[in-house]
Amino acid sequence: MSVSTTNLPPQFEIVDRPLDTQMTISMGPQHPSTHGVLRLELVLDGEMVVKTTPDIGYLHTGMEKLFEYKKYQQGIVITDRMDYLNPLGNNLAYVMAVEKLLALEIPERAQTIRVLMCELQRIASHLVWLGTHALDIGAMTVFFYCFREREKILNLIEAASGGRLTPSYFRIGGLMMDLPPGFERRVKQFTDDFSAAVDEFDSLLTGNRIFQKRTQNVGRISAEDAIDWGLSGPSLRGSGVKLDLRRASPYTGYENYDFEVPIEYDGDVWARYKVRMREMRESHKIVIQALSRLRPGSVKADAPKVVLPDREAMKTHMDALIHHFLIVAEGFDVPAGEVYQAIEASKGELGVYVKSEGGPKPARVHFRGPSFVNLSALPLMAEGAMVADIVAIIGSLDIVLGEIDR
Amino acid sequence: MGLENIIAEALPEVLTTRLDSLINWARKSSLWPATFGLACCAIEMMNATSSRNDLARFGAEVFRASPRQADVMIVSGRVSRKMAPVLRRIYDQMPEPKWVISMGACATSGGVFDNYAIVQGVDKIVPVDVYIPGCPPRPEMLIHAVMMLQDKVGNESVRDRKDIPAEEAFEAVPPGTLPSGSPKGQAEPMERPYAHASKHERRRSS
Amino acid sequence: MSNEAQPGADMPVEIVPEQVATPSPPVAALQCEHPDWIVQVIHAFGETTIVVPREHIVAACTFMKNSPELEFNFLADLSAVDRGPEEEPRFEVNYHLFSTTKLHRVRLKVLLHDDDAHVTTVTGVWRTANWHERETYDLMGIIFDGHPDLRRILMPEDSEGHPLRKDFPLRGYEPYSLT
Repeated sequence: MSVSTTNLPPQFEIVDRPLDTQMTISMGPQHPSTHGVLRLELVLDGEMVVKTTPDIGYLHTGMEKLFEYKKYQQGIVITDRMDYLNPLGNNLAYVMAVEKLLALEIPERAQTIRVLMCELQRIASHLVWLGTHALDIGAMTVFFYCFREREKILNLIEAASGGRLTPSYFRIGGLMMDLPPGFERRVKQFTDDFSAAVDEFDSLLTGNRIFQKRTQNVGRISAEDAIDWGLSGPSLRGSGVKLDLRRASPYTGYENYDFEVPIEYDGDVWARYKVRMREMRESHKIVIQALSRLRPGSVKADAPKVVLPDREAMKTHMDALIHHFLIVAEGFDVPAGEVYQAIEASKGELGVYVKSEGGPKPARVHFRGPSFVNLSALPLMAEGAMVADIVAIIGSLDIVLGEIDR
Repeated sequence: MGLENIIAEALPEVLTTRLDSLINWARKSSLWPATFGLACCAIEMMNATSSRNDLARFGAEVFRASPRQADVMIVSGRVSRKMAPVLRRIYDQMPEPKWVISMGACATSGGVFDNYAIVQGVDKIVPVDVYIPGCPPRPEMLIHAVMMLQDKVGNESVRDRKDIPAEEAFEAVPPGTLPSGSPKGQAEPMERPYAHASKHERRRSS
Repeated sequence: MSNEAQPGADMPVEIVPEQVATPSPPVAALQCEHPDWIVQVIHAFGETTIVVPREHIVAACTFMKNSPELEFNFLADLSAVDRGPEEEPRFEVNYHLFSTTKLHRVRLKVLLHDDDAHVTTVTGVWRTANWHERETYDLMGIIFDGHPDLRRILMPEDSEGHPLRKDFPLRGYEPYSLT
């Protein structure tokens, strides 16, 4: 049966050849389950994936180049938009790198609040992971429950900093400002209800045979492969490697808190799920401990040339006014040198490399995003999986395209 | 789509106002968005659909993954140069009637990112109906924008929106957005090598 | 801090006076086994940086990974710095190594000149270097010899220029507009 080719649009052509058994399809960049603008080129043999190649860059924002044109304190705003589920973590990594260059001493209260906010942010990030992962696998209820809990955390972060998703709460030398009055009471209200909520998520998913069948033995990666491919965070701990930077090289006072580092040994999607669920409970414990460790004090380091003075002092004292003006208008000079600061973000090891050549603007800032490295292991994990399993594996890697593409 | 147009063409002008209000009521009460969450604003869009701020009350019940089944495209997030042709193609695939809400500062005007990688405003690629400022805008702002769009839809006429036949649609495609084998795939040749920095480079940065 | 030195100067190995008694393990191990691999050692801000000549980087990385007292089995980051078109050498490539067993870090640095920005890939040592090197090539233009798949990863395939170089303007060459 021949088709008249005269009225087909020119981009189509009829090709007469036998059918292939393999087809190459493009999953994304607009796809409901790829957690952002990720494109996967899948070579499929029926439903089985033969080869998968991630194609990233659809959200490339040129952030690293922007840093070189902004003063150090202006760069904090850009870090929010990188891993937009864990903005306080990005802020912390960048701010700590610059503080390392400046050799600043951060006061105790600022460190405690940093831990408190970072752990709240970690819980919020894991809630989004759980909601979207379960939604992709088909459990829609969990999505709404998780976002209900997340609203409470976002309200807390907004009360402290003014921004729900892009707080920029940390500054070089401490915090933007102290916690508002009544904050501790509101955090306590949240922590009182949270473990019941996690129990609820558990009851919805952990014993659910459909969820287990979709996630067990899917996307396995061994410990040696995981380290070789640079995985970090819960993806690495799900394969049996007990590495948590909060324990290995503690920062902001994490050595004073009592928490466990959950690991599982299977290396599949199910193991990573269990690791993150337990991490939510551990973060909950840290938040309660941080609340009890809060003591009155200053939240900014004693470095008048770097840290903005209090508004009252700025309005009444001449030297504070001059310092404020100079810091905002010209920035502060950072000694020449380079540092690499790594923290344990919710996705893994978030590393910031700052190179300074003196002056108020950095010469180079590079972010080692954990999702960038975790995603590079996807072709290895997806060997022998089916298309539906790819969705589960991407969900378990917990990738955020803002961090991958920067 | 076709039926509404046929009826609208057939009836005299005075009767189409009744038809307009009926059809507009139907369209604005069930604006189904296409999933086009790109970056941080997408998370706020997800917050707007979750139980605290429920966008589904206003008719935006389901977010359809296929653009062929969607009415409104909420561009939420920064549009990079690699993503821009994809955005245009998704917009072209949506059938009429279609609207675009540009959510957030990055989609409206490039936002914080005035650099080589980000398109400075999605209205350089698709026609936008409602702009939402904010970085990211609160979920209530997105709901307000959907309500503004509903007001806008209520003032339209059925004659305004027609399904365009295939040849016209093909001619309307900007060059460089289809795959490179096709005639519309080659962009108009730009002068190479890039000898001059772009004209708006003269402004001082930060 | 007085124990800082500008990288790139062609100086012999520099040991910080107060750490003569206990040089850090990577430096000590490298010094006794392969002293010709070290161009310069910098201790600053609590971190150790070893400048390695370009031709020995793969051997140095393999040694760092396999040596039993170092065990740097984790390549945390691989990135490049462009110092500016007038500087010689223009590019630095930094390898941030971490050990998951011994929990220590070190940075290896390779200096490259503008007209000869090639370095051998370390994908054979740690497979995670694959994407890091692609990104470095894409944004900085440094070619990694022997890389299995060196093509652009973040920018569109047909884009020209390397955005993170200092002579690439911030706003690029053409704004993207279909109107």
